[in-house]
Amino acid sequence: MRVTVKLFARLRDIAGAPELTRETAPGATIGAVWQQLAGEFPDLAPYERSISSALNADYSRMDAIVRDGDEVAFLPPVSGG
Amino acid sequence: MPLLRIGREPLNLEEMVATISEQKSSASDPAPGRDGAVVVFLGLVRNHNAGRSVRYLEYEAYEPLALKAFQRIADEIRSRWPGVVVALHHRIGRLEISEASIAIVTRSAHRGDAYAANRYTIERVKQIAPIWKREFFVGGDVWIEGATADPDDVKARAEAERAACV
Repeated sequence: MRVTVKLFARLRDIAGAPELTRETAPGATIGAVWQQLAGEFPDLAPYERSISSALNADYSRMDAIVRDGDEVAFLPPVSGG
Repeated sequence: MPLLRIGREPLNLEEMVATISEQKSSASDPAPGRDGAVVVFLGLVRNHNAGRSVRYLEYEAYEPLALKAFQRIADEIRSRWPGVVVALHHRIGRLEISEASIAIVTRSAHRGDAYAANRYTIERVKQIAPIWKREFFVGGDVWIEGATADPDDVKARAEAERAACV
């Protein structure tokens, strides 16, 4: 199955794209999607403890299960205002 | 004009104040004429940060989630300060020195609640709104990274409330 991954700010710069499509195994968690990306882009790995994640534009937990066609987003620490 | 907004165009404070002042009562809003206080906060782009000379900032947002975060903040305010109405606009894109990146307008029966809810709003935006600023300074650029966004973090929420009520 496929998920769309959205990346922001420095995470996007590291991956070189604001949006990626990735194949995942059925039953995969958001955390598994992150691990896959961090394997692909090692500079993402140090963000593991400071990122937040979202599933279909709602804040989510890393242990949430993704489904085919979902949009997963990874958010570095925020700095609005 | 919507009470909660993210956009590239310059913030229009006058229009926000007019909107919040004229806002007709929905079920949860106080009756028009009942409120005696409107408090306004504008966040501006500073020309200095952490010892660097700032040239300009670029903001980006995960817009659908940021609007939900704004709504969540408005809901938190409704439960903590019943009767307060908040308008919250954030600008994205390139912003020059002294331009406003965020405008927060709160309205309430008495000034205390409007001031407190206004301060609470900016603290919560900095905690949970998926918005980022990239600072372009003399000699380079850097993404500013503040808080790990977790809307359910009760400690962070309590901190924002403490800041609002000192």
